[in-house]
Amino acid sequence: MKLAVQVNEGPYQHQASDSAYHFTKAALEKGHEVFRVFFYHDGVLNGTRLTTPPQDDRNIVNRWVELAEKHDLDLVLCVAAAQRRGIVDDGEAERNGKDATNIAPKFRISGLGQLIEAAIQCDRLVVFGD
Amino acid sequence: MSDVKKFMYLNRRAPYGTIYAWESLEVVLIGAAFDQEVSLMFIDDGVYQLVKGSDTSESDMKNFTPTYRTLGDYGVRHMYVDKESLEARGLTTDDLIEVEWEDWETEESVDNIVEAVDAGQIAELLAESDVVFSF
Repeated sequence: MKLAVQVNEGPYQHQASDSAYHFTKAALEKGHEVFRVFFYHDGVLNGTRLTTPPQDDRNIVNRWVELAEKHDLDLVLCVAAAQRRGIVDDGEAERNGKDATNIAPKFRISGLGQLIEAAIQCDRLVVFGD
Repeated sequence: MSDVKKFMYLNRRAPYGTIYAWESLEVVLIGAAFDQEVSLMFIDDGVYQLVKGSDTSESDMKNFTPTYRTLGDYGVRHMYVDKESLEARGLTTDDLIEVEWEDWETEESVDNIVEAVDAGQIAELLAESDVVFSF
């Protein structure tokens, strides 16, 4: 099955990102295609490389990065949501005159059209959040 | 690209306590460019998103209620409201904004696409949707 995943909540505060990660990993291991993981609302906070959890805790951001490296996953942060919450890549830093970036590797910032496109292309859109 | 899909946006939260309602509306507005068959559903505190006469001037929040009135122009064909959620909050459809819809090509028009539905209808509408965005 061809799947799209949407993550609506930030890491640690809420289980949504954990559940989405475990679902995505399991789906890939079962041989399903995950067309895209789209991060929206506070979900964009899953895409900052500056996250530093305690050493004895899971690293939610790195976990997504490693999964993306292994399976060539498309991890997309909504641009409008990311701008509001201070998630910045090179392009956004230049466009908005910011003095730093914080986006994690394998993530990219793009528009809401990427979510709509994923919903159209896929057999299922699976939403994680409250 | 596959055929036109039935999109359902499920709005469950009050308009200003969290950002979900506004960011859901942003998806609807952007999604209009993709020419899908779009419906919105308002349940639980989500019904407050359509209450008319809202005034946010003292809370420093942008009042986006007027944007819902324009959704007919963004290809939204149905705006369903859960009857039970309205009743539980002492509201009726008279308390809600009206949203016009018109097909510019056929000139077919509907005066108000906001419609109260019961739990059974909601279950059917969700079941027949191809995609459910839940906010």
